[in-house]
Amino acid sequence: MPAILHPNEVEQRPKRRYDEGDTGGGRLPPVDPKHTGGGGDNDNWNNQPQGSRGPRERLLRYRLGVFFALGGDLMFFIALVSAFFVSKHSGHFDASARWINPWLPIEIPAILWLNSAFLLFSSLTVEFARRAMFHDIDVLEEWLGLGHPTRKRVLPWLGASIFLGGLFIWGQLLAWSQLRLQRASFADNPSTHFFYLITGVHGVHLVLGIVFLIAAFIGMRTIRSVESRQILVDCSAWYWHSMGVFWVFLFALLVYGQ
Amino acid sequence: MTPPSPLTSRRAAKPPGRSSSTANPAPAWRRPLAWTDHHYLALGYLGLSFIAVAVGTLLSLAMRIHRVWPTGSLLGASVSPEQYLALVTMHGTLMIFFVLTVAPQSGFANLVLPGQLGSKDMALPLVNATGFWITALALMIMLAAFFVPAGAPIGGWSAYPPLSAMPAAGPGQGSGMDLWLASLAIFCIGSTLGAVNTVVTVARCRCPGLTYGRLPLTVWSWLTAALLTILVFSVLFAAIILLSCDRHLGTAFFVPSTQWVNGVVTHRSGDGSPLLWLHLFWFFGHPEVYIAVLPGMGLVSMLLGNFTRRRIPGYRMMIATTMLIGGLGILVWGHHMFVAGLNPFAGTAFELTTMAIALPSAAKVLNWLVILWRSRPRFDTPMLWALGFVSVFVCGGLSGPILAQPALDAYLHNTFFVVAHFHLIMAMAAIFGIFAGIAYWFPLITGRALHERLGKIHFWWTLFFAYSTFLPMHLTGLAGEPRHYAQLDGIAGTAGALVRSTLPLERHITVSAILLGLGQLLWIVNVLHSWTRGTPASGNPWNATTIEWAPETPAGCTLVCEHEPCHYEQISASPITGDAKPHPQWAFEVSAE
Repeated sequence: MPAILHPNEVEQRPKRRYDEGDTGGGRLPPVDPKHTGGGGDNDNWNNQPQGSRGPRERLLRYRLGVFFALGGDLMFFIALVSAFFVSKHSGHFDASARWINPWLPIEIPAILWLNSAFLLFSSLTVEFARRAMFHDIDVLEEWLGLGHPTRKRVLPWLGASIFLGGLFIWGQLLAWSQLRLQRASFADNPSTHFFYLITGVHGVHLVLGIVFLIAAFIGMRTIRSVESRQILVDCSAWYWHSMGVFWVFLFALLVYGQ
Repeated sequence: MTPPSPLTSRRAAKPPGRSSSTANPAPAWRRPLAWTDHHYLALGYLGLSFIAVAVGTLLSLAMRIHRVWPTGSLLGASVSPEQYLALVTMHGTLMIFFVLTVAPQSGFANLVLPGQLGSKDMALPLVNATGFWITALALMIMLAAFFVPAGAPIGGWSAYPPLSAMPAAGPGQGSGMDLWLASLAIFCIGSTLGAVNTVVTVARCRCPGLTYGRLPLTVWSWLTAALLTILVFSVLFAAIILLSCDRHLGTAFFVPSTQWVNGVVTHRSGDGSPLLWLHLFWFFGHPEVYIAVLPGMGLVSMLLGNFTRRRIPGYRMMIATTMLIGGLGILVWGHHMFVAGLNPFAGTAFELTTMAIALPSAAKVLNWLVILWRSRPRFDTPMLWALGFVSVFVCGGLSGPILAQPALDAYLHNTFFVVAHFHLIMAMAAIFGIFAGIAYWFPLITGRALHERLGKIHFWWTLFFAYSTFLPMHLTGLAGEPRHYAQLDGIAGTAGALVRSTLPLERHITVSAILLGLGQLLWIVNVLHSWTRGTPASGNPWNATTIEWAPETPAGCTLVCEHEPCHYEQISASPITGDAKPHPQWAFEVSAE
């Protein structure tokens, strides 16, 4: 019988009832593709129970989970951006029945452009780290215990990403202090509410991303299972990319949307 | 009940769930270091809900007693008007978040979702456990809000600004409100983690043959509710951050630029509007009620099929209505805001979407009726709860299209009519779903059945007094009884006479509510007794067809799914009277030869 039982295959196959004596005799002999390259018993991951079907099963679950969580996070930023537009167009009538809109656009500190460049660069470095984590020969060697080639490839890129992410955060704080020197603080104007809020919550997300990357950095040395290391690096990287993409849109909103 | 076969009796002695390897014979409960095990987490979630429902029920009884006996004192302490409002707030919050969201969605899904998918565990056990502990932390913080010096929070479960945005605005807006907001923010994170785990489990942990079209409707409703959770709880989280900024950082997202609070005029920069909070909150709040009630709807479909021994007609249509209710549920939030200053044109749009959601809901109800039509169901306790669910859902649902009309809602919105509506369709329906689930899956958890007769008495008691409590609220509401009033007498003028005229019915409601609450002691006794000394149940006591009841997979075999749930073969000549032979979803195929 075929070794792989994908849902739709099971659906299409004629039903066989073992309890009624139908063992499949009288049909063509089963074709059993060996995806794993082996030939012995029980080496086909697809025959294993769920949860132990080879190195990518857990990874794909975690990756899917991260994507769904990021979908929720996207809704979080959409809510903030909706509030941005509502506030921007809100106003009141004063005593002489004039429409007063208190929104005063602020000039975006130039350092934000530099920060954005750092963030985009860090996305590149983290992607190099992520891909290095799946370099077949290195992973195999590491899995067999023949040294740590992936670690050697991945750690520099992870380190570079953490450094660039740190630079971004530092640059954002610098932008805040520049604005404060110009007497534009959080409570001053609806536009400053949103400038600080958006850069702030995005910054918190990035700090969380840096925590993940640091965990991955440490995990590369301390976690024994190759797959767990892959999961940590892979999911941190996807999270990091998403924060980069979110920032591109949020930055565009702050620059052009005010 | 069927006589236990060797397979099933072995299973019955071994709570809970099915582990596919025989290598570890210890029950899931006793295995060391299994704190990420979904069985534990399920019981943990149900335990959290139990704490919340106990506190929430006591609060509601305190409210009821105070309403008809405002000058009296409870346990030596009289209830001031602001304390009454704090009772309303905490009752609503505990019930909606920690009972109606946690138990059906997190509790039951953790209990049986892997079983129904033919999987050993949830997809992301670590994420699952994290979500649980975060939820537990949120409940602790919420309960702590009772004990802060500034008083428990006041704001209903929706915490409308401008009051909630200004700590100085009055009692209940200080640190109590901060704790309330913190608790809900933490709850958002916890439930999002749980929902992510649910979605990934459904997407990746189905056994061979279990296509999306064959998933039990319970799984579909958990999936839909989990997707809704991911989409809307993050919006609530954003709204809470904005509100917290208004409270402590001097922003004006939800409050106008000039406020006069307790005799002090303050200015802020910006022209915020409470309506923005309402939009953000109800964008979350309405899907939230579907998150609460959808799992019950899925379970009821399965139970009706199970206990009438019939297929569910239009199975794919039922999946579609589940998804439609979820999808439309995101588009109807404005109907909570008809009288809050919403643009009348927007009101019309939201009226249309709200009326539209009645279609898939009615399709579900009609489907349930078709299953029941000319059937001879077995009236075991879970079936009674399922029928009770249908009853309260229809009864509460009929007032939905009435309230969906902005013109009618303008009159009814701030009256007890609305209280009656949502207590029947959401609170009672979801609670009936929870009771159905516990009665149905109790043998799966403990290997023993709940006491049938006690369960039936508890059901009829609850059904009778639930109606006796909530149906008259329609009448007092139509008579003009307002919500959120701590006291009905002592108001001068014609309006006062009008409000006072509802007092006799109010007394009836209070007595019914107390009896409804007391009746739940029967259930507690039943659970405690049956857990330890109940009749041992066979492996599949309800002749169910879904995979969580499958016996242990024999060695060398793979569990596969063959068809949709609720396939029964009529064995007697008459299709009406005879019992039927179940064709379960599962089958065992010899794996690698």
